[in-house]
Amino acid sequence: MNTTSVPKAMHSIAKPTLKLPPEFSIFLVLVGICVFFEAIGWYLNDQSFMFNLERLKIIILQMSVIGIIAIGVNMVIITGGIDLSSGSVVAAAAVVSASLAQVSDFPRAIFPELTNLHVFWPLMAGIFVGLIAGALNGSLIAMTGIPPFIATLGLMVAARGFAKWFTGGMPVSMLTDDFAWLGEGGNPVVIFLVIAAIFHVVLRYTRFGKYTYAIGANRQAARVSGINVNRHLIWIYAIAGLLSGIAGTVTAARAISGQSGMGVMYELDAIAAVVIGGTSLVGGVGRITGTVIGVLILGVMTSGFTFIRIDAYYQEMVKGAIIVAAVIADQYRNKKKRV
Amino acid sequence: MTSDTTTLERPHTDAAPPLDHSLLEIRGILKVFPGVVALDKVSFQLKAGTVHALMGENGAGKSTLMKIISGIYLPDQGDIFLRGEKITLKSPIDALNQGIAMIHQELNLMPHMTVAENVWITREPKNRFGFVDHKELNRKTAALFAELSIDIAPDVEIQNLSVASRQMVEIAKAVSYNSDVLIMDEPTSALTETEVAHLFNIIRNLRKQGKGIIYITHKMNELFEIADEFSVFRDGQYIATCASSDVTRDDIIRMMVGREIKQMFPKQDVPIGDVVLSVQDLCLEGVFQNITFDIRAGEILGMAGLVGSGRSNVAEALFGVVPATSGTIAINGVGVEIDTPAAALAAGMAFLTEDRKETGCFLSLDIQDNMGAAVLNQNYVTKGFVQSKSLNRDCMEMAQRLRVKTPSMSEVIQNLSGGNQQKVLVGRWLLTHPKILILDEPTRGIDVGAKAEIHKLVSELAGQGVAILMISSEMPEVLGMSDRIMVMHEGRLTGILDRKDADQVSIMDLAAK
Repeated sequence: MNTTSVPKAMHSIAKPTLKLPPEFSIFLVLVGICVFFEAIGWYLNDQSFMFNLERLKIIILQMSVIGIIAIGVNMVIITGGIDLSSGSVVAAAAVVSASLAQVSDFPRAIFPELTNLHVFWPLMAGIFVGLIAGALNGSLIAMTGIPPFIATLGLMVAARGFAKWFTGGMPVSMLTDDFAWLGEGGNPVVIFLVIAAIFHVVLRYTRFGKYTYAIGANRQAARVSGINVNRHLIWIYAIAGLLSGIAGTVTAARAISGQSGMGVMYELDAIAAVVIGGTSLVGGVGRITGTVIGVLILGVMTSGFTFIRIDAYYQEMVKGAIIVAAVIADQYRNKKKRV
Repeated sequence: MTSDTTTLERPHTDAAPPLDHSLLEIRGILKVFPGVVALDKVSFQLKAGTVHALMGENGAGKSTLMKIISGIYLPDQGDIFLRGEKITLKSPIDALNQGIAMIHQELNLMPHMTVAENVWITREPKNRFGFVDHKELNRKTAALFAELSIDIAPDVEIQNLSVASRQMVEIAKAVSYNSDVLIMDEPTSALTETEVAHLFNIIRNLRKQGKGIIYITHKMNELFEIADEFSVFRDGQYIATCASSDVTRDDIIRMMVGREIKQMFPKQDVPIGDVVLSVQDLCLEGVFQNITFDIRAGEILGMAGLVGSGRSNVAEALFGVVPATSGTIAINGVGVEIDTPAAALAAGMAFLTEDRKETGCFLSLDIQDNMGAAVLNQNYVTKGFVQSKSLNRDCMEMAQRLRVKTPSMSEVIQNLSGGNQQKVLVGRWLLTHPKILILDEPTRGIDVGAKAEIHKLVSELAGQGVAILMISSEMPEVLGMSDRIMVMHEGRLTGILDRKDADQVSIMDLAAK
């Protein structure tokens, strides 16, 4: 919210304090992590960690798929929900989009009549798969009142099963160059940043955004304020699914192959990025900018640990610790505010 | 605080020891909460083998007193004597061990455990391996129930029992602690007539055994049926104790109501217009029946009744929070279908709910977003985008008009006082420019200054032709603000009084049938 200046008449204790955005502290953490790796980098490897364009590109590229998912998961968590199905939806969208992107001279194409299609069609198919999965999540949660954890857990298992059934366990390969272009160069990064920008605007400046926060802050009060909570929740989960669909399509394009094993654990990385980015699991609090920083922190950590040659197993342990530390810090900050 | 009361030299602690026949005596109990004296040097005596009813309006201090006697609150001053000996109660368990048991209005049983397990929880008989001896457990329970003539199998799960049976289990549990003092808070509120009769038999049985029973009720006829004595409280003060055989119902109401109310409410005389809201035979199955009333433009219709009489449920039905199951609602003579709050808003209604925290505030959001939440349904939005500039400006004007005290509009509402939060919520609804404004306990839990400001505002709104329905448990507020007062009792509309005919006695008469 913009801080409007308040006329004196309204209050007796006006203290014009400089208010830092809530993302500032998490941004400092990002900077701190970068400085840490930079220092170790010069000490161990005799080269810069940060001032290496190639590395920066790879960091963002690797994280852009998680980032796309995290934007949707962020909105779900702001409403006080959770989405565990993202990783499986990535797989479902990846195999379906890939199946419509196969080249015509491949004899074992899944849909022999639908080959050499323009990239638009596989992309739309991937988005559609995600949208359906998300709408299913949302409808289950809104109509039956079951907890989001359970509904999306169900879909997590089911969507993975769908992907396996669809492919018969085989990779969907021999894809068109047209389709592969989606995952080339900086394209995934551009897709991620455009989506982040769109939903940043949606959350901050539209009625849809205001309602999202209101539902997360107090669902009962939101209903009494005339908000159609159920319809809104269906939309939120549908959007989260749609974004997972895009992420799945991009994943397939990057690998030039659609596989039912894609996207395993992506949902947890996305949730981790969202939580590190300052979104409260209780609902009602969170911003896209925070989530983007959270995604970058995860990316920098993965890349940095590899850079200083720390074993992948240690990396995971440290990553786990950092996620928990982020939530503890967040809780501590909230408690302090309340006093 | 008990340590300094013992060292304080105060006249009534030096007074004679309590009489032999008093089981429990409290003297000079003072309890102060921030901003309000809940109990002002209250004293009373409970005799063994009697049922002693406590009477008083909502907020008279009965519940606070019971919480002190059952060890939930510590008194700021005053002494408690049990069988002539001075005792200090530090916790509910402490009270229980000394023989004082409270049976709460909302029951505290574990639904997935059996009756016997619930009764003897933390005191289960063990066999020689240290495991719970279920046979002995059930036997002890059956023996206890037989003594109290309660007919419930010890091994059924609580969740399979009716509310009445659960009540019986609670009572048996209290007795099982060998309690001499039993406190029952509105035990019949959820019972049918036959269940009440059974409960009364059990109570008479306990009385015969020499127990002292403190009985809180709002129901006058119960008082005469079961109570031997009663004490009246009003505004945190002890008024009188009488034997129930010596008085009439009207005497008691007069004692409960007591004071004359002063004209502290800035009710303006405004021209009353045409009927705006017309409600016909509104029912919500199992909650309220056949509610029929009108409200005219500029009129304030007060709604009185005891807590649980269905007042808030009617308001929720009118606003579509829990839609009514039958009946009609017409606005300006046109029938409307209100099945969601969104529909009610569209029809020109606004609803300030009773519970600020549960259904009002978005605690994690700022004042601006809290105030703008409801109006976005109708206004200030183009193509999905919020017109922040005009909305922020109008919210700010509203905040100034309501004199919300805050450093800025981007302050999180959680950091405001109750009164200021309430003003923000009032602002939320005024921004929608309602034709009909429903206020459920608009001044609950807020300080006197904010109260007066809200009263003034409500009066002004009526002057602008808004039809207002105001629910309140505070008699002076209802009497001071309303043009007419409708009174509810157990889901039924028991009467509508004109301003000139209404006083506390006539309202209590309708509210406590």
